[in-house]
Amino acid sequence: MQPAEIEALIKAAIPDAMVTIEDLAGDGDHYAATVISESFRGISRVKQHQIVYAALQGRMGGVLHALALQTAAPE
Amino acid sequence: MTEAVHARIQGEIDQSPVLLFMKGTPVFPQCGFSARVVQILSHIGVPFKGVNVLEDMELREGIKSFSNWPTIPQLYVAGEFVGGCDIVTEMFQSGELSALLAEKGVPHKAEA
Repeated sequence: MQPAEIEALIKAAIPDAMVTIEDLAGDGDHYAATVISESFRGISRVKQHQIVYAALQGRMGGVLHALALQTAAPE
Repeated sequence: MTEAVHARIQGEIDQSPVLLFMKGTPVFPQCGFSARVVQILSHIGVPFKGVNVLEDMELREGIKSFSNWPTIPQLYVAGEFVGGCDIVTEMFQSGELSALLAEKGVPHKAEA
């Protein structure tokens, strides 16, 4: 997957998300992403990550082997 | 079929206060993410059981639908899903993992 595609999928599901993606290995398969969204306020990290995984529509763990994910609500 | 594997998973979770579904074994992890969680649990000095999903394809898929989490490893403490490698690492660095173990009455060594 390409970073732009990952970002587009996340933003389609989380419109206010600020997304930064770092390519860890240059192989289109290992990324680190930070997703900041007001919708994450007050919910557990697990739920925040599940929202992002849902946005990726099943690619996580498949096409996308590794996405080191950090999520938070805005400071 | 899914219910059967989910029941099996629940049985495993109920038996071990700290349970790690992982690729490989604690002694021979076969994935960097699984190895990191094993390292953290060993550093904190908490006894845990490793379940090698590579030996059981039904379990490997069943655990993902069980927890609605697409990847391995998956850490469970006192019957609750805690997270994968990212979340366990973040919780370890912030001290939340030790706090959770203490809150659940799970004996462990180091205060992270």
